[in-house]
Amino acid sequence: MKARVHVTLKNGVLDPQGKAIGHSLNRLGFPEVGDVRQGKFIELELAETDKDKAKARLDEMCRKLLANTVIENYSIELVG
Amino acid sequence: MKAAVLVFPGSNREGDVAQAIELVTGRRPAMVWHGDGDFDKVDLIVVPGGFSYGDYLRCGAMAAQSPVMAEVKKRAAQGVPVLGICNGFQIVTEAGLLPGTLMRNSHLKFVCSDVHLKVETSQSLFTNRYQAGQVIKVPVAHAEGNYFADADTLKRLEDRGQIAFRYCTPDGAIEAAGNPNGSINNIAGIFNETKTVLGLMPHPENAVEPMFGGTDGKGLFEGMVEALS
Repeated sequence: MKARVHVTLKNGVLDPQGKAIGHSLNRLGFPEVGDVRQGKFIELELAETDKDKAKARLDEMCRKLLANTVIENYSIELVG
Repeated sequence: MKAAVLVFPGSNREGDVAQAIELVTGRRPAMVWHGDGDFDKVDLIVVPGGFSYGDYLRCGAMAAQSPVMAEVKKRAAQGVPVLGICNGFQIVTEAGLLPGTLMRNSHLKFVCSDVHLKVETSQSLFTNRYQAGQVIKVPVAHAEGNYFADADTLKRLEDRGQIAFRYCTPDGAIEAAGNPNGSINNIAGIFNETKTVLGLMPHPENAVEPMFGGTDGKGLFEGMVEALS
């Protein structure tokens, strides 16, 4: 089974990289771009076949390593 | 004072801090590799600066899960003092020994320069050689030193006197002009509740000899020797 994890900064946490990306896009002729938030996308191959078990394990992985819950949120998606 | 300096793949200030410790103790600290789950009993554990594990995922995130850090957490819980400098500060926050986290500098640039710090308290094994309110000059060198904690955590740190150092102007004013990275409340270093763990972004180990351009960092090492010998 494959899993996709998105890690994003929590609302209210300043994202200077997202801001810089937004400014660059504006300068490049995309004035319609407003707020930009940058995050991480992590794809994992799992040996687990049970979806609930996989989700529980992934949740643990996110809390232990993949995300820093002081400043980041995470979401888990199972594919295939 | 017997000290251990941890070494991770990508550490680069372990030699500097070992030299600073040797300067004040006359004794070379033990260098402990990240894969070692056990090491000799020591009076002080230092987590040095650098780019452990290439800063993969988040600064300090991988190192915080290494075998040696499991042992450091155990010893810290028993009261063994831990000093985390720069990447070491990032590692000890990721390991949960200190609250909050270090984010990308607000201006997005790597900052490498001397900064001024206000010593918030002399009441700790790390800062007993300084006066509360004293301004010292030491270097910083980092891209992720922007300290952040949520409002409740911040209030707790402030109320319990857990702020060790704040960035300031040369005359000691705590304002944006003296803040090199956007840290909340100009925080440069914090203690845990028992003040046995100190994490800070600046490099006191690089201000211990006149030829380095200053000796203001030496007091930190002398203070530890006094408290721990």
